[in-house]
Amino acid sequence: MAQIPNEELLKRLGEKFDQQVTVVGEPYGLLTVEISREQIIDVLTFLKTDAALRFIFLTDITGIHYPEQEKQIGVIYHLHSLTTNTRIRIKVFLSDADVHIPTATVLWDGANWMERETYDFFGVIFDGHPDLRRVLNVDDMTAFPMRKEFPLEDPNRVDKKDYFFGR
Amino acid sequence: MQNHPVYTDNDPQSELSTLNLGPTHPATHGVFQNVLQLDGERIVSGVSTIGYIHRAFEKIAEHRPFYQITPLTDRLNYCSSPINNMGWHMTVEKLLGIQTPKRVDYLRVIIMELARISDHIICNGVLGVDTGAFTGFLYMMEHREAIYEIYEEICGSRLTTNIGRIGGFERNFNAIAFRKLRAFLKNFPVTLREFESLFNRNRIFVDRTKDVAAVSAETALSYSWTGPLLRAAGVDYDVRAMNPYSSYEDFDFEVPVGTNGDVYSRFLVRNEEMWQSMRIIEQALVKLEKEPTDIFHADVPEFYLPPKEEVYNNMEALIYHFKIVMGEIPTPNTEVYHSVEGANGELGFYLVNDGGRSPYRLHFRRPSFINYQMYAPMSRGMLLSDAIINMSSLNVIAGELDA
Repeated sequence: MAQIPNEELLKRLGEKFDQQVTVVGEPYGLLTVEISREQIIDVLTFLKTDAALRFIFLTDITGIHYPEQEKQIGVIYHLHSLTTNTRIRIKVFLSDADVHIPTATVLWDGANWMERETYDFFGVIFDGHPDLRRVLNVDDMTAFPMRKEFPLEDPNRVDKKDYFFGR
Repeated sequence: MQNHPVYTDNDPQSELSTLNLGPTHPATHGVFQNVLQLDGERIVSGVSTIGYIHRAFEKIAEHRPFYQITPLTDRLNYCSSPINNMGWHMTVEKLLGIQTPKRVDYLRVIIMELARISDHIICNGVLGVDTGAFTGFLYMMEHREAIYEIYEEICGSRLTTNIGRIGGFERNFNAIAFRKLRAFLKNFPVTLREFESLFNRNRIFVDRTKDVAAVSAETALSYSWTGPLLRAAGVDYDVRAMNPYSSYEDFDFEVPVGTNGDVYSRFLVRNEEMWQSMRIIEQALVKLEKEPTDIFHADVPEFYLPPKEEVYNNMEALIYHFKIVMGEIPTPNTEVYHSVEGANGELGFYLVNDGGRSPYRLHFRRPSFINYQMYAPMSRGMLLSDAIINMSSLNVIAGELDA
């Protein structure tokens, strides 16, 4: 089947979820939409199960942090429809005081570690996740290191002090 | 099949034994830890712990200019680092809208297919070792050395190659590289044929691998598997064929597909992919003859680092060098997702740019990380020795798993 044009895809989404889907843009041909977290599972389910769209493949889930925005934390989904070779990017923004979002593990088993990674690095709490623990960092870490305020280098390290180098 | 009762975790009379498989167990080929509950030799449950060599590449990348991120990608899947390098360069080129000349595309295809072969050599060779046949591994490793020598001629290094630049290659392929490449194409098929005749119909090997860890296409898709693992389960998804990059659309090759996703299918799929890779390289060599021999990078002085002798002797090159290094050239304020077919599956780069010298956010979609999450659930009920073989055939590379 041929690739679904972005206009067609957007029309289908608009019919089903009118007013709730905001188009962010089409960077390099990849349709990017923003939706609220209340709608996310409904939209993902619709995209996955609709007979004409069939976005059955979850490519990736990741996060992003914009400290200057009101809703600081973004969760980004990349879906792929293998039968039509169409991709879509979905963004959900959450405020720092309430970083909860429903889990996508109800739709894809593979979302498990992707969401754990997003939690590990951005502190996004996926409600209903079966095993929401840190995945790459140590369990007793308290910070969420991919947030912008987290420094690249540990400010407390002592091996780079000037007096070691006679300065 | 089982004559003895299976105990569960909650059973007060539980006689399960706990086994720490890893993090540094010789059978795991990398830093993986799995805490397994064993009932005799059968696995009752398992928990994977990963992150032992996590190096925060995504964080580091936010502080580095684009051209300095290439060495980070080397260290993802270090068995086929050129694919990662090329994938990263192509992501940046897509972001900047750089069109590479055909010759660059074909040279890249050659390097990427060599990398795929070297990765599959390791995976299938090691699978042989884990089933008790060391011979095939040693036969094949000789040719990985040949591939590494080709890398050396092109970029000077072997494992973490840092090969190429944004826009093309740092230098042209020399005559020795092509000579070694042709020698490889002549010698390797003999060994690969020998390797296949050693394993494909070997009674012991087939008994050890057939129907072990079989995965259905639905499960594989639900777990977002890609690459040879997904294809072994019967889904013909290959990024090279579906979203061709680097002029893959010019090549004639087949995507091998397995039937039931067991270890044996994965082995066969990888072997066939090596044959297809060789077909692609041979076609690329023919195509290269029609291309001008002196082009090895796109004409984008704003982004392609000039050679050092030009920086020292040529005013313009010096200015561009300064601007690139200091990050004074504006880049588009947008986001891009680009994926390539890595040796283990879809290797994706999600790059969010804010117009500065380094990415605002860079995320690697690492196939090993996503493929490995099924390991503990699928090991349930498996024999320990089968789980070891299953891990080798997943071909999880610790660097890519932990980023």
